[in-house]
Amino acid sequence: MDLQKLLVTIFSFGGIAFTYWFFLMKKEKEVEASDSINITVNGGYNPEVISIPFGKTTILNFTRTDPTECLNEIVLGDFNIRRELPLGKKIAIKLDPKKKGEFGYSCGMNMYHGKIVVK
Amino acid sequence: MEKSSSNNQTTKTYPIKGMHCASCVRVIERALSVVPGVSKCNVNLATEKATVVFDQNKVTNDTIANAVKNVGYEAIVDQKIEEKDELQQEKLKELKALRNKVIIGLSLGILILWGSFPGLMHTAPMILQNFWVQMLLATPVQFWVGWEFYRATINSLRHRTANMDTLVTIGTTVAYLYSVVVTIFPALISGITNNPMPYFDTSTIIIGLILLGRYFEAKAKAGTSEAIKKLIGLQAKTARVIRNGEEVDIPIDQVKIGDVIRVRPGEKIPVDGIILEGESSIDESMITGESLPVDKIKGDTVVGATMNKTGSFTYKATKIGEDSMLAQIIKLVEDAQGSKAPIQRLADLVSSYFVPIVLMLAFVTFAIWFDFGPTPAFLFALLNTVAVLIIACPCAMGLATPTAIMVGTGIGAENGILIKDAESLEIAGKIKSVVFDKTGTLTNGKPEVTDVIPGAGFTKNDILRIAASIEIKSEHSLAEAIVSKAKLEKIKLVDLEKFQAIPGHGVSGLISKNKILFGNGKLMDKEGIVFSKQKGDIENLENEGKTVMLLAQSKQLIGLVAVADTLKESAKNGVDKLKKMGIETIMFTGDNTRTANAIAKRAGVDKVLAEVLPGDKESEIRKIQAIGKKVAMVGDGINDAPALAAADVGIAMGTGTDVAIEAADITLINKNLESVANAIELSKKTMRTIKMNLIWAFGYNIILIPIAMGVLYPFFRILLNPIFASVAMASSSVSVVTNSLLLKRFKI
Repeated sequence: MDLQKLLVTIFSFGGIAFTYWFFLMKKEKEVEASDSINITVNGGYNPEVISIPFGKTTILNFTRTDPTECLNEIVLGDFNIRRELPLGKKIAIKLDPKKKGEFGYSCGMNMYHGKIVVK
Repeated sequence: MEKSSSNNQTTKTYPIKGMHCASCVRVIERALSVVPGVSKCNVNLATEKATVVFDQNKVTNDTIANAVKNVGYEAIVDQKIEEKDELQQEKLKELKALRNKVIIGLSLGILILWGSFPGLMHTAPMILQNFWVQMLLATPVQFWVGWEFYRATINSLRHRTANMDTLVTIGTTVAYLYSVVVTIFPALISGITNNPMPYFDTSTIIIGLILLGRYFEAKAKAGTSEAIKKLIGLQAKTARVIRNGEEVDIPIDQVKIGDVIRVRPGEKIPVDGIILEGESSIDESMITGESLPVDKIKGDTVVGATMNKTGSFTYKATKIGEDSMLAQIIKLVEDAQGSKAPIQRLADLVSSYFVPIVLMLAFVTFAIWFDFGPTPAFLFALLNTVAVLIIACPCAMGLATPTAIMVGTGIGAENGILIKDAESLEIAGKIKSVVFDKTGTLTNGKPEVTDVIPGAGFTKNDILRIAASIEIKSEHSLAEAIVSKAKLEKIKLVDLEKFQAIPGHGVSGLISKNKILFGNGKLMDKEGIVFSKQKGDIENLENEGKTVMLLAQSKQLIGLVAVADTLKESAKNGVDKLKKMGIETIMFTGDNTRTANAIAKRAGVDKVLAEVLPGDKESEIRKIQAIGKKVAMVGDGINDAPALAAADVGIAMGTGTDVAIEAADITLINKNLESVANAIELSKKTMRTIKMNLIWAFGYNIILIPIAMGVLYPFFRILLNPIFASVAMASSSVSVVTNSLLLKRFKI
């Protein structure tokens, strides 16, 4: 194997390892919400992992600042909620969790993800 | 948002515009608290909303709006309509901008393709064959038309996430940058290939085609949520309310509970209520899916958004705003469309890892082609890597299930079948047994006179006249059936004296000094009246599940009246339809076996469980489930709540009331028993569409990604041109959405 090929091979393995680490090994900080929490939708959800209290109503205020088509819907499938997120508008979603656990939420096409932890 | 109401007190939340500090909170709270009728108010700066508790007889939305306006802010009282309109406008604007970008991107792309595609380029003007001109044309496509890919990628990478835009950005940028180097520094590439050519056509056409796919997808997706738009559009805008003896047209949100409303022929009924005066024929098809108009008289309920056909009437408003049946239906459909079907779990799992995996495969592709590919290896590696990035389409997987669920639940709603969530829709198609409650579900739940057998010298009307004249004074449950029948036949009743109820036996009285006895065989035996000749008739009627009452006058039996709970018109067809689908039909009833068998025979059900106590229905359902069958329970939604909950799918023959909707997985507001089979059929069709979509979405990626990587090259010399990859990718999402829309052809 000549040097060029060796470099390309190393570069590719490096790329694979980086991709795995960058996208699949990230750890999101859990943010606690009491009565309500503001979530910015911009290339994902910020904060992404939200913990809410069990048996209490919590309002999630989503504001989309990213015009990406993919993000114009928010789906909280475990709570039977699919809501459009007009650009720049605060959309309040009321959650009244009936059970504890971790519940994923995503954009309408299931590309961007977040998590709600009911404690 | 209305939360609760009791004693005319209601709680509503209004979004407030113009708030910026804590003092705004106090100003608005003060302004609202002095409004007569407002008992409590709370303004939240974070949510920019005011929650007001008020007496709805004294305060309207406008009162609140005015109070807030007077202190310099704005309360949104009709937020839904405003939001929907704004949303619609915004979407149209986005769609128009996207269309313009597609036109520009593809036009420039085609010009570049003409000037660079082998076999075609010799027909193009020399200027288009110039690399510098091609770069000039490709640059705005890359960075202006394709800007949204870059923006999404940058935003995603900040969150360490990636989506389809990331793949398109990397794929097209690689092709574009390589072409720029070929154009500006051809010497750098001369070591790789003898005749370096740019790939501006690839980068531009890919961007143009993917945006074209998005444009079609956005248009098609709008069709999947049409049902909600249609339902919202049904709402009347104004109501003609009688206030202080005068008829005034007011906006619908100002209608209060208890208002008297006049509706003329051809007008839409504004809110739910009860008819006070007049009668009419009302088209309820928009709510129930039932095409025949329904005749309504004083005391009947009317539903907002239905159409008055012939008569004019006044009615009292009983449910408004979010309590109305239409609002509840809309909420239910919205909830169902937001829910996830269990079948979606795999797609969810795959799509959450999909893009990083494709990126890793792109690295693998590049390395393999560079290390082991034919000359020029770099070009093969480059083009195949771009093809892998472009062909991958995670969107099709994300769209496969929800689009079909949206169309399926929408079709249901348009036909009076309200499906609670995607899971119920999914399970409904697997139902093997349907259990019907008898009273009120298979039958009308109201006894009716079925037979009148007069004795010698009497007519049917004579018997009904005497029976009804005595029964009108009775409080027995069967008495109403006899009196109603006499009314229906327009029979004039006669005076009766000395009425006496004999518990467990019947009633007695005097008509023109003749002693009348009306009741069961025990009464006749007790009074020494002979009815041996009629025993055959009595037995036959009882075998048909009917209750027979004997009428005697002056110690002589003069006739028989049979009363029974009648089968619903749709019962027989509903059961037949299920049987044709190979589904077992079972009837539960608390009645005795003879009556139960008689009704079951007429309805055509396969099995009967008689003398079942209400509390035992649930355990009987579990017994059927224990043998591995998925069971649907059809009941009235109120009395059968535990059984409905125990069944795999609880189907309520409801009227859109809270209780019925909450207890059931599926609510049939059209009360048509054929809808049970229709709901199961709709579920099967929707699931078939979802499966086709998933096979297509998964199959597409599983087959085409390896082809793009070049697995066919060693055997057939086949490679996937990145431009064709973009065509396939753009059409994959569109085809999934279109397939879901094809569900609309399903006619109930």
